[in-house]
Amino acid sequence: MPLLSVRREPPARYRWLLWVVAFALPLVVWSAVSYVPWLWHPQVLVTDPGSVSWIQPGLRLERADFSEQVAQATAANLVPPRGEPANPLYLPPPHAVGRALYGAFTTAPRLKGDKWLHESLVMSIKTIFYGFLLSSVFALPLGIICGSYPALSRMTEPFVDFVRYMPAPAFGALMVAIFGIHLEPKVAIVFLGTFFTQVLVTAGTVRRVDPALIEAAQTLGAKRGHLVRRVILPASLPDLYNDTRILIGCAWTYLVVAEVVGVSSGITFFINQQAKYRNFDNVYAAILIIGFIGLATDQLLSFIGARLFGWKLTRRSRLRALLGWLFSARNVLYSPGKPSAKS
Amino acid sequence: MSHPPLAQSPAVAARFAALHARPIILEAEHLTCEFDSERGRVTALRDINVRIHRREIVCVIGPSGCGKSTFARVIAGLQPVSAGRILVDGKPVTAPGPDRGMVFQGYTLFPWLTLAQNVRFGLDMQGRAQSPADAEARQWLDLVGLGKFADSFPHQLSGGMKQRVAIARALAAGPKILLMDEPFGALDPNTRAQMQTHLMEIWRNVDITIVFITHDMDEAILLADRILVLKAHPGEVIDFLEVPVPRPRSLAQFNTPEFQATRRHLDALIHPTPRTPSEHLPITRLTQVGDDVE
Repeated sequence: MPLLSVRREPPARYRWLLWVVAFALPLVVWSAVSYVPWLWHPQVLVTDPGSVSWIQPGLRLERADFSEQVAQATAANLVPPRGEPANPLYLPPPHAVGRALYGAFTTAPRLKGDKWLHESLVMSIKTIFYGFLLSSVFALPLGIICGSYPALSRMTEPFVDFVRYMPAPAFGALMVAIFGIHLEPKVAIVFLGTFFTQVLVTAGTVRRVDPALIEAAQTLGAKRGHLVRRVILPASLPDLYNDTRILIGCAWTYLVVAEVVGVSSGITFFINQQAKYRNFDNVYAAILIIGFIGLATDQLLSFIGARLFGWKLTRRSRLRALLGWLFSARNVLYSPGKPSAKS
Repeated sequence: MSHPPLAQSPAVAARFAALHARPIILEAEHLTCEFDSERGRVTALRDINVRIHRREIVCVIGPSGCGKSTFARVIAGLQPVSAGRILVDGKPVTAPGPDRGMVFQGYTLFPWLTLAQNVRFGLDMQGRAQSPADAEARQWLDLVGLGKFADSFPHQLSGGMKQRVAIARALAAGPKILLMDEPFGALDPNTRAQMQTHLMEIWRNVDITIVFITHDMDEAILLADRILVLKAHPGEVIDFLEVPVPRPRSLAQFNTPEFQATRRHLDALIHPTPRTPSEHLPITRLTQVGDDVE
């Protein structure tokens, strides 16, 4: 069977390979742009200033500016500066990021009082965990009730929909006023960001339960409460579990805004701090670490889910895991000042 | 109605006399069911008057859109009536209840429960104690021949097996009436024939009245004591005939004169207009091909 068939899964032996390709391909592009000198490289890294007094070795110049300096020096019969093609500072090569990944955990913070990377990470994970847990504790029951009883859904969902359109970061100052400047307002922002979406998503999933199952239960004598507890809940549980997996990605979006509220903290603080020092290799390392955490969490949850809901025969989807990874990586790139475009 | 009744042998006539002497378990009085669809108001059923006796098997047959599924759903209480009423054992139907079990065309076993747990569901709803309910569920599974699969999950079964469990599950809840809405429609012909035989066997062992919806004439003749024939747009009764084929039934009776007479009778009711001869069709290719081959 050809590898590329419409709507047909590739043979099992290729799946692992394709998964590797999914990650290898971006890496290859990145390496090519970084290491092949005639690809992009819009700048010149000066190795020898020659006779030009204001140029230092290690300086990065735009290619046009550099050629101009060379032309001027040559015209004046002076020693022209020399340099090699380089990429801008914000695109470090893979090996630099790799080194930074290792170094990030072994290097002490530059300022006393700043946090080690793993301490920042623990802070971030704590914020996400409490925010998401709190959101789930309230949103899941509310969503299940709304999905089961249309009357309650009509009473609840218009308002939930209305609040959902208010960007959670807009509540930042308010949350600080209410909860102070430490962990609590951050948890509140993650909560506000996820809760309303989670209610609607949960209700939507519950509504998709096969009505034939509900009718079958009714003809077997199931009444209202039984229908919700014994049919609707177990029937929608695998999908609710998957929704939760996806919504964790959503919580990471709000983490970044949450962490600049009050006392800046966590992985966002680390990233901002490193960007300020122009250590972009560290910035990429931190973003990658978030990606790894996202991917690992998702694969773990998928692994557990496949065992919990074996009767549904859910296939593990590496594609979705990859999307989740891309999603969380992108979220880190939101600049804190901008209200999030989502929601 | 202008249709003459089908001739019955004395034995069959005696059986029907006994059947009509049995108490009425299900009664439809001036039953009308309308609902709004995209093409405006549809009358799915209009003024249906039917009386069904205890332990009778009634098949409901008719062209698509004749409201035969609606009929089953109304009896189950899943669909509200517009006028008239349904009486089960003299009590009007208002909502779904365990006195009317239903087997659907689609597979409606609960995928998260084992077969035994599925069959037990109705008993659990009645608040029965765990262990006797479990023992009873296993007996019902034995009855449909799936006792050794009691602890399997539905996704491990074939379509025919799933429907057998669905029958066991409906019967375990202790209904007076078993409604079957094209339950074998999705099965392949062999499995379907097996299921028909199997259903008659179950019916012989259980005190149950069956209302069986189908679009398959042979299935209806094989199973039914009486066949309710509906027409479409609006759904109205055009005949409620007594099947003259003697019981016990089997597929071997297909070529008996009674079976064939019933078949012709039903065919005339369901497909009343003869097909347009092909030479009148404005499709040139059709006529030419016919001329060349014959």
